[in-house]
Amino acid sequence: MKFMLLQNYGSVEADIGPMTEWKPEDVQAHIKFQKDLNVELRERGELIEGTALTAPELAKFVVSDGKSTPVVTDGPFPESKELLAGFRVIDVESLERALEIAALTSAAPGPDGQPVEQRIEVREVMGPVEH
Amino acid sequence: MRRPPEIEGLLRESAPRALAAVVRRFGDFADAEDAVQEAAIEAARQWPLQGVPENPTGWLVHVASRRMVDRVRSEAARRGREDAVAAEPTAPTTEPGEGEAADDTLVLMVMCCHPALTPPSAIALTLRAVAGLTTAEIAAAFLVPEATMAQRISRAKQTIKSSPEPFEMPAGEELRERLRAVLRVVYLIFNEGYLSSDGERLARADLAEEAIRLARIAHLALPRDPEVAGLLALMLLTDSRRAARADAEGELVPLEEQDRSLWDREKIEEGLVLLEGAVSRGAVGEYQLQAAVAAEHARAPSAEATNWREVAALYALLERVAASPMVALNRAIAVAMADGPEAGLDLLAELDGQLGKHHRLPAARAHLLETAGETAAALAEYDRAAELTNSLPEQRYLTKRAARLRDRDQKNSSCP
Repeated sequence: MKFMLLQNYGSVEADIGPMTEWKPEDVQAHIKFQKDLNVELRERGELIEGTALTAPELAKFVVSDGKSTPVVTDGPFPESKELLAGFRVIDVESLERALEIAALTSAAPGPDGQPVEQRIEVREVMGPVEH
Repeated sequence: MRRPPEIEGLLRESAPRALAAVVRRFGDFADAEDAVQEAAIEAARQWPLQGVPENPTGWLVHVASRRMVDRVRSEAARRGREDAVAAEPTAPTTEPGEGEAADDTLVLMVMCCHPALTPPSAIALTLRAVAGLTTAEIAAAFLVPEATMAQRISRAKQTIKSSPEPFEMPAGEELRERLRAVLRVVYLIFNEGYLSSDGERLARADLAEEAIRLARIAHLALPRDPEVAGLLALMLLTDSRRAARADAEGELVPLEEQDRSLWDREKIEEGLVLLEGAVSRGAVGEYQLQAAVAAEHARAPSAEATNWREVAALYALLERVAASPMVALNRAIAVAMADGPEAGLDLLAELDGQLGKHHRLPAARAHLLETAGETAAALAEYDRAAELTNSLPEQRYLTKRAARLRDRDQKNSSCP
């Protein structure tokens, strides 16, 4: 079963500031955690894709009616907390396993190693066959 | 690594046979699989240049066995002991006969459908080691990257390797259990291939074929097993409808709307004969019963002319043999076709607790409500089903059906 695990910028439950305010060793530890998790999931044959997106600063929104010039909006955005930060696409045996991986992701280490308690959105990917 | 197509076909057939032979001689599945894969790579390199050997399977057994012996020797050397090393086994001088090859393949299937493996892992390993598909082909069929699939297969082999039981072909009740697992895996492979809509089909078309091929081999090895024959019959009867399953745009066409002139009569004939043979052997199992349902559809010249009462009775039998909410749901639909939508809706009402958020319940309800003329309720159920499904082709079908109903309803209400 394929799932997408998504996280946006605002969904940190623990009382933690943005990564730009962390100590360098904490940033390093967080990065290492994500890398190690990817390695583990890859070795288990579960990771299809792990993607981090560039910052909301650089995001653009596009709206078009197919006739006039498309309207392109640049950041910064008031709703930037709702923007996607990154996602993983996994292929696992069951929903339970997907939730397990989401929990691991959620507890990634933040300042002083404290788990960030990120809110992870778990969505099953639509496929060609029903399961 | 790309293999030239003629060599490709040869290797796909010979590699599993060679694996069976090497496993028989050395007893270690995972190492044997590695060794045969390495031999296959050698073959892909050498055969285009030196010509294909007269006995391709024997060649692979020869090369793989040498690797196994080398591995055993270097293991022994590392441990600093003079272990008695197995003398290199004599490779067969001729290709194994069909019967012997079938027996060997059955052994491989039983090994691959190991109780410690989850179904997806058993499926991947079976397609690799028994069907001879490349990792890239299996990955494409399941829509994952090749590296992901390679890992899955590798871990499956490791799981078997580290399992405490040394491989011995089981007997009695354990063998029956393992055979059930084999049939389940084969049927899962078939469904993955068959249920894909035509648009997504290209990468998956072969899966249904492979499953049928594996079932044929199992049937050859176990000609008197009624469930093996039943599964083969079920798949043939189901696959006979393949050409009618998708419309010109590649969208799903349900059974009731299919053009039956497109059904493959040869497959149907073969399926019916197999089923007859199986059922005559006594205790009837789940695959035979499902095949019997498929046979009723195959015999009917149209959806309306189908013997729905018989289908309902078969599902009732199936509920006794292998009960599941899905079987109950299918029975409800058959009852509706025989006795009218209200009878079916009554039965569906009993399933609410068991089917949770599965889309097939509202989908079935929607169809019956539509037949009963309860448009508003039907539309609500179509919407709910479309919301719950995880299959894209299914979602598109439900959305279109709801749109058609809405459209008809509006036209009717605007008529005087």
